[in-house]
Amino acid sequence: MNIDWYIVLSALLFTIGAIGILVRRSPMVILLCLELMLNAGNLALVAFSREVGNGQGQVFALVVMVIAACEVVVGLGLIVAIFRRRLPLDVDDLRELRG
Amino acid sequence: MEAVLFFIAAIGATVGAIGVVAARNPFYSVLALIAHLFSLAVLFLLLTSAFVAAAQVVVYAGAVMVLYVFVVAYVGSAQEPRWDPVPGQRLFAGLLAFFLFVEISAAVLSSGLRALGTHGPDVPAGFGDPAAIGTLLLEKFLVPFEATSVLLLIAAVGAIVLAARRRESINRERPLGEGVASR
Repeated sequence: MNIDWYIVLSALLFTIGAIGILVRRSPMVILLCLELMLNAGNLALVAFSREVGNGQGQVFALVVMVIAACEVVVGLGLIVAIFRRRLPLDVDDLRELRG
Repeated sequence: MEAVLFFIAAIGATVGAIGVVAARNPFYSVLALIAHLFSLAVLFLLLTSAFVAAAQVVVYAGAVMVLYVFVVAYVGSAQEPRWDPVPGQRLFAGLLAFFLFVEISAAVLSSGLRALGTHGPDVPAGFGDPAAIGTLLLEKFLVPFEATSVLLLIAAVGAIVLAARRRESINRERPLGEGVASR
């Protein structure tokens, strides 16, 4: 397959993730949609790495994976903290940063 | 053969992504994301990056998704309202996403990258295997590699600080049966 197919697929997946972030209200699903967008970026990085013909883009993809893991850990910690304080898990209701 | 595999994996990834967005129960969203990640691993294999594919399956679909499943089971699945609190939100989100897709595709495909329409250059046999990635990580990208390890440590400490139950916050918490539990 040509590389441009992979790039268009990556754009499509990124767009689906963006729709999810715009439409959904549960913070957990928004985190999942962020994962979708990061993975679309990963796919583009690996595709460009194949296009150029060296492995540096794959190292970028691995670093993006680490960033995604950090984001998941902090985000899920926040969700657990929100749940413990009996606040609603809804981003429309969570408007204040005050703890 | 490669085209068939590409289309199967691409359809799997797209359906998984749509499932993440559309599923009403967060647990099903997590399962759809796992399917999506496996399809992406197949795509990575087609792009001859074996190590990234393996890391995707082991780290992402294995470890990170288990974390998600635990938190979904702990928090429970609150149902979202079917209606839009902001009128026309879904319509505008769809419009914006459509234009975003068109813009990204046009920007990339009309760029001057000549190798985009090709299969990519011929690569040696060891391209993208753990040895090549490890050499790159420990020679060319040593400082970013160490920086990511520090970042992981900071994230772990931050998660413990955020999720830990502090003594003074226990007294302030209202009893069970209020708030989320009653919704």
